[in-house]
Parts: sequence; structure tokens; C-alpha cells
Amino acid sequence: MTVHSTSPQFKQNAARALNDVQLQKALGNVKQGFIDKRQMAADKLPEFEALRDSARDIKNHTLEHLDLYLESYEEKVKASGGHVHFARDAAEARDIILNICRETNARTVTKGKSMISEEIEINHHLEANGITPVETDLGEYIIQLRNELPSHIIAPAVHLNATQVEEDFRRVHTHLDAKRDLSEPVQLLTEARAVLRERFLAADVGITGANFLVAETGTSIIVTNEGNGDLTQILPKTHIVLASIEKLVPTLEDVSQLLRVLARSATGQELSVYTTFSTGPRRSTDADGPENYHVVILDNGRSSMLGTAFEEMLRCIRCGACMNHCPVYHAVGGHAYGWVYPGPMGAVLTPSLIGVDKAGHLPNASTFCGRCESVCPVRIPLPKLMRHWREREFERHLTPATVRSGLQLWGFFAKRPTLYRFATRAAMGALGFAGRQRGRFSWLPMAKGWTKYRDFPAPQGETFQQRWKRERKGARA
Amino acid sequence: MSARDDIFANIRRSLGVKGSETIRQQIVTDRLERSPKGVIPKRGQVSGEERIALFKTMVETSLATVTEVASAAEVPQSIALFLRNHNLPASLRMGDDPRLKSMPWSDTTLEIAHGPSEGRDLNAVSHAFGGIAESGTLAMVSSADNPSTLNFLPDNHIIVVSAKDIASDYESVWNRVRFAYGKGSMPRTVNWITGPSRSGDIEQTLLLGAHGPRRLHVIVVRE
Repeated sequence: MTVHSTSPQFKQNAARALNDVQLQKALGNVKQGFIDKRQMAADKLPEFEALRDSARDIKNHTLEHLDLYLESYEEKVKASGGHVHFARDAAEARDIILNICRETNARTVTKGKSMISEEIEINHHLEANGITPVETDLGEYIIQLRNELPSHIIAPAVHLNATQVEEDFRRVHTHLDAKRDLSEPVQLLTEARAVLRERFLAADVGITGANFLVAETGTSIIVTNEGNGDLTQILPKTHIVLASIEKLVPTLEDVSQLLRVLARSATGQELSVYTTFSTGPRRSTDADGPENYHVVILDNGRSSMLGTAFEEMLRCIRCGACMNHCPVYHAVGGHAYGWVYPGPMGAVLTPSLIGVDKAGHLPNASTFCGRCESVCPVRIPLPKLMRHWREREFERHLTPATVRSGLQLWGFFAKRPTLYRFATRAAMGALGFAGRQRGRFSWLPMAKGWTKYRDFPAPQGETFQQRWKRERKGARA
Repeated sequence: MSARDDIFANIRRSLGVKGSETIRQQIVTDRLERSPKGVIPKRGQVSGEERIALFKTMVETSLATVTEVASAAEVPQSIALFLRNHNLPASLRMGDDPRLKSMPWSDTTLEIAHGPSEGRDLNAVSHAFGGIAESGTLAMVSSADNPSTLNFLPDNHIIVVSAKDIASDYESVWNRVRFAYGKGSMPRTVNWITGPSRSGDIEQTLLLGAHGPRRLHVIVVRE
């Protein structure tokens, strides 16, 4: 499959992002909002940490028995009158969806927010076949107008400012008065609501993602704050759910556990405004709802992650907390990561899905500060998994020669403790002596990458090991 | 091999299982049958007046409004007052819910329409299946009685909930759903609604009324 990804150019992407004034302004909103809101929501619920354990355990249990829960789920969907389709890869998923749309003679398709639909690039495929896809989540709608990828998994247009959105609306909504006032965000929202309302009512097919699939009942679940996912699925004749295999959970009780950590971790809400449980097509006694219900279950490399170190990544419930707390994401935004999934979760997942040869830069774009792991609602050890990718990249000789020889040099010393202690003492002593006046260096040999942007603090003349030894002695005395 | 068989084979190969192991099957069957509860927050584990008070507080936290009436007979007047207070037209759409239909609407001047919404209604009323005190959530089930479109298309949505149907937690509502629809079966749609529609997609500023109702008003009927 051809994947349209710029992940191999991560370094260039990042450099461009750092110099993008609009982007840097917009990224300020991530740092401010999400972190405090999550913390407040967590503090308000004494059981939050226990719920995170519970969420982790439920996902682990499900993954260990995934084949059986998937069978049970499939049986229940069929029993409720729905259809289940399996897709090995993106191309198969695209064909299944296109066929369903053709069977219903669909001309327009509304879409709820779905990262998997980005993964399989369904919009391009539908357009190429004469069907108009309309994104209905406000953020997704904006980036569709701009022909961009989402830069965040729950806030797709977080990289944009209101003035940019205003320009896009003026460019596209040409049927409206050119002199209208769009200076306030609420005016943009009202305009999008009115434009999209007509699209909702006209759509022939609605495609949504799924946050969870329930094996007990054959139910698919979406959470939204806007209500767009609901209008997408209850108004058209046909509802297509696009989900990947790891969305399974056993029971309604299990999903209630996960829902208690999802919104709190994502936006700091107790619960998203709309949590919707959909099972099959409308019943004979229903007054509304879709007549046809299809679920497309995508693998796309995930089944091969089971039983490996990366199985833990399949616990991810896509809350976005890892990127909200990531200093690298704060600095460069989501587009620099070059594909569908940004931030720490993307740095682990993207190499699994498109290959470490293409996405090897991503697990390297981490300071290993550990904030992502500390906030992950299902406790995925993201730094550890990024480290695994770095090891694989090194083993496969994908790392550049300078980095390799640097690491080999360090490895030589690290494996010889006496030599290591001698060399570090000599270096720290010399640097401490040289920098004793200013306390910092604005230039150092072989450290231009660092000193080009900031001073290097001068060591105090003692190594960590020396100090440790000294203070331990002091403590004992 | 079909895509389905291929995916199952790959999952089983990765997990190192055949799929026919009795112990694994028992574990799965057992969990699906027993549906064990996990961690239930203490917050909602209160009863009587305390639970209703918590529910109302949480509804307001979600930026909805809430009021109480002593009996179902007072609902129409209460809705008429709400609409008047917000300068909204005296029109209202509802489904066929017998609890709503039997209310004395003729006591008011409200113009009542029935059936699902086609997207042009300003006001609608639905009857909730239940409420959840833990988070101030309304649980709605789809039917001709309460069409799902009424939950999303109107600008102003009013939800009536009986005080006796306000549960402590989500799990209690699932038990009632199972009792009503049978274990393992569900209505087409269950909507949990926690506040009015909103979006933070433009500069992370919270704005109400994205695609769903701009206002959500909850009426608790004490009986």
C-alpha cells in the first residue's frame, strides 16, 4: 500500500514548524488548556488512579482473548440485523466502503470524526469515485477545507487560529454575504452549524468511527461533544462504522470503566456530552434511525503487534493526553510527525503501521521525560516502547553513521567502568576549570548542535559518581 | 483465505493459541455472562434526596439547566414557563411517549407536534429512560416514543426524568436496560447526554451549540 507520509522528513518538518509563527501561537492553547483541565478532573475523582488500573486490565484481558471476543461481537451484530466486514488492510477497507456506498447509490456521505478513516485515506477514494465526503466535526471540517491532515487526535485543527478559519470560510462559503462579520469564534461556529445542517439532512450514508465495540451486545460506541457523530448516523439510510480490531471490550460494565477515564484524560470533562451506543439498524417500532448498519473491522498490521512488546500500544483509547503533555509536541505540533498519529502515541504506533524505516525519526523525537506515561489512562509505557523502536532502528542499521559511531564510542567507555570514571573525571575537571569564570559555554567542540541555540552550563568540576560517593560517606559519618 | 479468516488466523498465531482451548472459552463466556463491575466511584453511592441533589448539581456542572416539579401534571406549565423566559416560540415537538402524551398540554397555549424531527424544529421534549447522579447524565433509548432525532436536531431540548429513575451509576442503568431488553440485547440507540452540544475546536475556546441543542433543560418529576 502506498502511504502518503512525510514521517521520513521529520527533522525538516520540525525545523519548519519551529519557525511557523501562526503555528507557534496556536500551540500555546495546548499547553495552557489541556493539562490543567485533566489534572482538575483527576483530582475531583478519588478513584481515578484505581480506574486507570482497571482500564489497563480490561484492555489487557481483551487483547489476550481478542479472537473470542471478536467472534462474540460479530455474532451479536448479525443477530441485531447488522453486517460485519473484515479488512486486512486500507485498500480492502476502502473497497468495502465504496461498495456499500454504490449499493445505496450514495452521492454524499457525512462523516463523524474517525482517525482510522484518515489511516485508510477514505475521503480521497470516495472523491475519486464521484462520491462527496463531508467531514462534520468542526475541526475536521476546517481541515478538510484546507486539505490537511488532523494535527491532533481529538482537536484536529488545534494548529490553526481563528483568523485562518475565517479566511477559509470566506473562501469556501461563497453563497453567503461577503460583508458578514466573522470576527468572533462563535460566528464561525454558527456559520459551520448552518452549512453542515443542510449536509446532514441531504446525506445518503453516514460514516462514523468507534471508540469501543462491545462483545456482549454487538454495540459500537462513539463519544462527541458536538453531536455531529449522532446526526451522521441517525439521519442517512445507511450507517457505516469503521473500527479497528483493538476497539473491542467485553461488556457494558467494562466500557463504563473506560469511559470514566477517557473524557477526563482527554478534555477534563466528567463525560463527553454525547456517548452513543448503537446496535444494528433501526427497529420496526423505531421512528427514526438508519435502515442499514455495517461495521468494517480493520486490521492493517495490528494483529501482528499482538504477542510482541508493542501489544501494549493496542490498549490506547485515543484520548490525546500523551501529546497534550509532550514537550516535543508542544514545540513542533502534530503535522511534523508526518502521518495520521502524532505525539508519543504516534511515535510508537506509526513505525508499527508504516515501518520503522519510514518512521524511525519519531521515536527519537522524545526527551524521555516520562510525562506521557504518567498521564496515560491505560498506562502504556510509551518511553519504553520508543526505546524498543530505537533499538530496532539501530539493529537494522537505519541510524545515521555519525549517531552510530557516537553510540559505539559511548558504549566502549560504558562497558569499562574504570576507564569511564577516569575519562569523565578528566573531562568534568577540565570543563569545570575552563568554565569557572562564566559558569557556561557559548561554544564547545563537537557540541554545535546544542550551543547554536543555547549556552551549555559548565560542570562544577566533579562527576555525579564522585559526588554520590562523597555524600554517601558524609551521610554515614 | 477470506480476509476474515486471515485476520483471525493472524491474531491466533500472534497470541500463540488455537481458539479451541476450553479454558479460554470458559473465561470469555463467564465474563460475558457475569459482566463483573469494576471500580465504582463512591461519589454516586448515595440514595434518596441526596442522590437527586447530586444529580441536579452534576447536571448544572455540565452547563445544562434543571428544575423540579411535584407531579407529571405540572410539566406542561413548567415547559411553557421555560420557553417564555427564554423568549422562545410556544411550539414543541415530542414522540409518542404515553407519559408525555397523558400530560395536560391543553392547560398551556403550546403548539404541539408529534413524531421525529426533520431538522426545522426549535423546541422538543423527550422522556428519559433514566438519569445518572454520578455525572448528571441522561440516558435515552430510541423508539417511536422518544425518537433519537429529537435529542439532536432542535435548538432547545427539554428532557423529563422521573426522580425514581435517577440511578447512582452507569452500571445500575445497564441493569435496567438488560431487564427491559434482555441480556445481550440493546435498543438501536442508547444516548447518554451530559449537557448541551459544544465545541472547543476553534482556538480551544468552549462554545455551546455546535451541531446539537444549544440549550438543554432537565425537568425532574418527583411524583
